[in-house]
Amino acid sequence: MTILEPIDAYPTRRIAGYPVRAGRSLPFGATRVPGGVNFSVYSNHATSVTLVLYREGEAEPMAELPFPESFRVGSVHAMTVFGLDVERLEYGYRVDGPRLPWQGHRFDPDAVLSDPYARMLTGHGPYRHRSRVALDDFDWEEDRAPHLPHEDLVIYELHVRGFTRHPSSGVSAPGTYAGLVEKIPYLRELGVNCVELMPVSEFDETDNVFTGVNYWGYSPVGFFAPKASYAATGREHMQVDEFKHLVKELHKAGIEVLLDVVFNHTAEGDERGPSISFKGLDNATYYMLTPDGHYYNFSGTGNTLNCNHPVVRGFVLDCLRYWAAECHVDGFRFDLAAILGRGADGGPLHNPPLLESLAYDPILRDRKLIAEAWDAAGLYQVGSFPHYSRWSEWNGRYRDTVRRHLKGDLGVTGELATRMVGSPDMYSRRGTAATVNFVTSHDGFTLRDLVSYDHKHNEANGEGNRDGDDNGNSWNCGQEGETDDPAVLALRARQQRNALLILLASRGVPMLLAGDEIGRTQLGNNNAYCHDGPLTWLDWRLREENADLFRFTRRAIAFRRAHPVLRGGSPGSVHWHGVRAWSPDWSAHSRVLAATFDGGGDDCVYVATNSHWESHTLELPEPPRGQTWHLFADTAAAPPMDAFEPGSEPPLANQSQLTVGPRSVAILVTH
Amino acid sequence: MRLRKELRGGVTVISLDGRLDSETAPGVQQDLQGLFPEDGLVVLDLSETRYMSSAGLRVLLLVYRQAQRGEVRLALTGLAPDVRAIMEATGFLGFFTVVESVEEGVEALTV
Repeated sequence: MTILEPIDAYPTRRIAGYPVRAGRSLPFGATRVPGGVNFSVYSNHATSVTLVLYREGEAEPMAELPFPESFRVGSVHAMTVFGLDVERLEYGYRVDGPRLPWQGHRFDPDAVLSDPYARMLTGHGPYRHRSRVALDDFDWEEDRAPHLPHEDLVIYELHVRGFTRHPSSGVSAPGTYAGLVEKIPYLRELGVNCVELMPVSEFDETDNVFTGVNYWGYSPVGFFAPKASYAATGREHMQVDEFKHLVKELHKAGIEVLLDVVFNHTAEGDERGPSISFKGLDNATYYMLTPDGHYYNFSGTGNTLNCNHPVVRGFVLDCLRYWAAECHVDGFRFDLAAILGRGADGGPLHNPPLLESLAYDPILRDRKLIAEAWDAAGLYQVGSFPHYSRWSEWNGRYRDTVRRHLKGDLGVTGELATRMVGSPDMYSRRGTAATVNFVTSHDGFTLRDLVSYDHKHNEANGEGNRDGDDNGNSWNCGQEGETDDPAVLALRARQQRNALLILLASRGVPMLLAGDEIGRTQLGNNNAYCHDGPLTWLDWRLREENADLFRFTRRAIAFRRAHPVLRGGSPGSVHWHGVRAWSPDWSAHSRVLAATFDGGGDDCVYVATNSHWESHTLELPEPPRGQTWHLFADTAAAPPMDAFEPGSEPPLANQSQLTVGPRSVAILVTH
Repeated sequence: MRLRKELRGGVTVISLDGRLDSETAPGVQQDLQGLFPEDGLVVLDLSETRYMSSAGLRVLLLVYRQAQRGEVRLALTGLAPDVRAIMEATGFLGFFTVVESVEEGVEALTV
């Protein structure tokens, strides 16, 4: 078959010495076309736009090509430039327009802006915000998303750099996408089937006035661009290939990939912040502004993306479609998602068009959409986030309830029961897929620190320990911080297991924080966003040191996967107990809760938790269908008897009673 | 970029000397096709390839695929450590038969 050259693959004129022709408006961004590159950029308020081309690494542009008026369709400027070597090309836009900040316009023709649709940014060095053209072909072969049902997920939240950056990781390219690929066998062994990657699109690593380091990455610069400094091949500008390879390899291992995306603000800050892209391109469109042109700050970072503006909405949708369709990502966790439900004036909308578009988008139809359903300005929507029967939520109330129960607070038992069966008070219509349950996340204490510190210790963050959450519901088990007191250490070991066991025996989608399975500590820092070092990197020596905890976690995950009844089912499949079978004690002074989850057959599980400092002997309900109770886990027992291999649980000697130790959780199963 | 072809015991060895990047890639792709035999074994020797860009890797893969569709069996040898690392990180390495030497290539391809 002869492939005809496109009939428009030739220039019609020269601008600044370069052969060009009127471009195509769609797709937006820079796209390779036969013989050249098509550049398309839009701005509703700009009066002129110039394409600025650089040879890579050079300070001065090699050419500036103003878009002729005839190359504009609506507010979209598009031009095809021929004969460019895309591998050595960097580009940006110079945009002019009104300089009327009180009306929201902050055009500055002196600035060269990055392309909001750039698939790559230079990412490092003095010109780190310059855009680059990606070679977007990739051989996915037969890649298929695992398409796991929501409730079958066990999510593992990790930071791409922190996961393998520590020298102990033993990978060939520490701190990179490629390094993470080398750890896939570890993820398989642990048994998680979904990773949630903290921000991996280009962000400003220096965006922090206190320490000069932004490690977490909630400071977006390029929404379409995988972070170059997370790629072993970033220097060769192959981060797109390397990221796609990571996704492909995770899929081969049956592991889904969720991205933590930050559409609530950008790294451009308020009026004092830099003009990197959006601010200079069309400030009044991209940001929520007060009537006199100041920035609303619902994100706590200086600005708020105006995400329900029709143009910004389109941008967000284009971006998510790109990650889903081109990069095969399985879903998204939306940072401070309550902001995505606010209108241009900041008020919460009843029917936020952005959230609705995402819920019904054809490309995103099967992708997970998870909201962090609050923001930094007090809008708390856990249980009431506009969900269109599509959205799940980080269940902050689950976290708070389990933590309060663990430290022995009174009056929590009833709420704990509700949280453990999928929080039907909030999600009864949506089912258990709607709640992402977690005890720890990147934001706050690690699990080990949760049981080792009463107070946050954030002095190293440079804000006099004023930053971070003060209501972490943590308990140090008797001594603040590191200790060698065996009794305290034993209690802490038990408390970590209690948390993991409750989490993995709760209906809903469990999420683990990477490293919690081997006792990672941040030395009491509960807001370690600003440390890119041993404090935040996973120390793989803990894998040996806390091999018991790893084995326990692995077995608890395997047990969950072996028992569908723990992942969902009718309310009628759960029966509550207390010290007496069938008699739960919902009173305020109760610290004991037990339940049977009965899914029929061998799928019957008894869970008992005791947050009292004394042991309690519980009357067991008769096991159904003539079976007998077997012991899967007892956190009061010394390892390795704290949990057994699922399927090989030993029978319980006493079938009518179970003693649950002080501050312990036990799980039985029928065989 | 200079291409050299020699026959070593029934195997066509093609050496690529220089930079393989977006500038040289289209020419290399064309030249390689010209140097390929109708059938038999081909080893691409990259030990004198000083730089391999993203476009360069794509040329290699395209050539490799083309060979697979025909009667030619192809292997790579002489990968510099940094080229190998890039190919590994991006997954390109997995598509190729990579051998330590031309002799090993003959063995690998004739099995």
